[in-house]
Amino acid sequence: MTTFTSSNDLRRPGTAFALRAVQVLTLLVLVAIGIGPLYWTVKGAVSSPTEMVTNPLRLWPAEAELGNFARAFTELHVGRYLANTVTVVIGSWAVQLLVAMTAGFAFAVIRPRIGRYVYGAILATMFVPYTVSLVSLFLTVLDVNLLDTYWAIWLPAGANAFNVLLATRFFEALPQELYDAAKVDGASTWQLLTRIVLPMSRPVIAVISLLAIMHSWKEFIWPLVVISDPRLQPISVALANLVDSAPLDELIAAMAMALAPPVLVFLVLQRYVVAGLGFTGVKG
Amino acid sequence: MTTLLERPEVTKAEPAVVASRRRAGLRRELLGLLFLAPALLVFGLFSWWPIVRGLLISFQETNLVDPAVWVGLENFQAVLTDPLVGTAMTNTLLFVGLGLVIGFPAPIVLAAVMSTVRRFAGVYRVVVYLPVVVPPVVAILLWKWFYDPGSGLFNQLLGLIGLGPYPWLQSPHTAMLSLVLEATWAGMGGAALIYLAAMTGVPAELYEAAESDGAGIWRRIWHVLLPQLRPVIGLLLLLQLIGTIQVFTEPYIFTQGGPDDATLTVLLLIFRYAFQDGRYGQAAALSVLLALVLAVLSAVYLRLTRSWSTK
Repeated sequence: MTTFTSSNDLRRPGTAFALRAVQVLTLLVLVAIGIGPLYWTVKGAVSSPTEMVTNPLRLWPAEAELGNFARAFTELHVGRYLANTVTVVIGSWAVQLLVAMTAGFAFAVIRPRIGRYVYGAILATMFVPYTVSLVSLFLTVLDVNLLDTYWAIWLPAGANAFNVLLATRFFEALPQELYDAAKVDGASTWQLLTRIVLPMSRPVIAVISLLAIMHSWKEFIWPLVVISDPRLQPISVALANLVDSAPLDELIAAMAMALAPPVLVFLVLQRYVVAGLGFTGVKG
Repeated sequence: MTTLLERPEVTKAEPAVVASRRRAGLRRELLGLLFLAPALLVFGLFSWWPIVRGLLISFQETNLVDPAVWVGLENFQAVLTDPLVGTAMTNTLLFVGLGLVIGFPAPIVLAAVMSTVRRFAGVYRVVVYLPVVVPPVVAILLWKWFYDPGSGLFNQLLGLIGLGPYPWLQSPHTAMLSLVLEATWAGMGGAALIYLAAMTGVPAELYEAAESDGAGIWRRIWHVLLPQLRPVIGLLLLLQLIGTIQVFTEPYIFTQGGPDDATLTVLLLIFRYAFQDGRYGQAAALSVLLALVLAVLSAVYLRLTRSWSTK
């Protein structure tokens, strides 16, 4: 780890003090803007409506109550929406992983002649973000009768060129001798995949999974378009619809429950998330 | 793709060998197609076809019931003469521009400070990334609550030092700024961590050489750190442009495009054309125009990534 400050700088008391002051100040600002809103959500969720109006700046309500969470479950059906989100996330993750691994294996290991054209056509879709084909994608989903089913989210999620790129590059970087040796030993393609390639693919599976799960948990515009049945909507779409009708304290409790799972998963896996950023960030 | 496996030369071989190689080649093609089947299905149906179809629909009039009719450039004419399109483009540019002014330098400064931290470096990294993991809808609803002119957190806090109250989302003059502040908060952490990774990769010798030539901290930042970061800065600039041009969720949830269309963005207008007015042709035409802008930016991005990764 290198940085622009040197040990000589730090021996000058003025510089060392100024640097320390900037570091502490930055941490305070980061805590205020990073943890502050999350804390305020939890505080809002356990406050009564009158408390929020009469004493909005109080750091903790005079009487914390958990009733909002219970009412968010019974009246706003947050449990069902969270379960819907989990269903969306699991299906999207599975489809993305299946598509990326099979395609990557075909491109990097089987290497058919047609592969380079398909690979090119897949990478070309990176030039067209799906938001600009939102309308035609909707009409296509309508044509194949998938509206108001989770397949309308799962299958388009699989058409992710970046995942295919990651898997292909990863398989290409595995030592070629492995494939040759396995072929000499008479391994079938299936055995090559399941016995040799997949066991070595843990890093790329982890990165694709992390990206897929984080992305589909956050997804909003596409579920909004294709899932109009309120009973099937994921939490993000449901919250956007509830905002005008639900009481504020219950809504905040619902928001706290919607943001708790990704925040907790991040805190547990933060090492990998940060490392994944390095892997996928700029080096491509 | 790099060539990992040399294909054998087929010239001058025995006919039987040629035939068996041809069979092996055919087998390879079929096996390849089998493994490519999932990708061909999802990309074909949900990526390639919608892209082509989007182009087609932009020249058609369709209402989902009657068969589509070719109308030539009528959709484009309708879009380009709709005064809302001009408003939406101006607003989108305002969002992109404010996002650059407010949101672009912040993660560079943050990462620079974080790169000097020795103890608790992990704490900084976790805290800076926390807003990124908050689902966008939750984040926006939270900020909407904070922006509340009466009991909202921001006006309450500013009131303590005698400022405000400000109308935030409810005035056409400050609504877009309010959207940008939230979007900056939500997106800053990812960029900061990417800058941080790039900063820690700057060779220590460069700093040492600069220091022995008498360069102070500021000159080391200006003449060593920033030039070394230039490729990453270029990339993140483009990524931010591509991301912010497609802004939708913020105006949709915060303001529904209001007040007085002050936060109506291009993607929100496409959404309205298609899913509120049923004018799919016009929505597709506006999408094609948006796609052209994005494709140019993406092409620049890919060029930069390539030169950066081969460096």
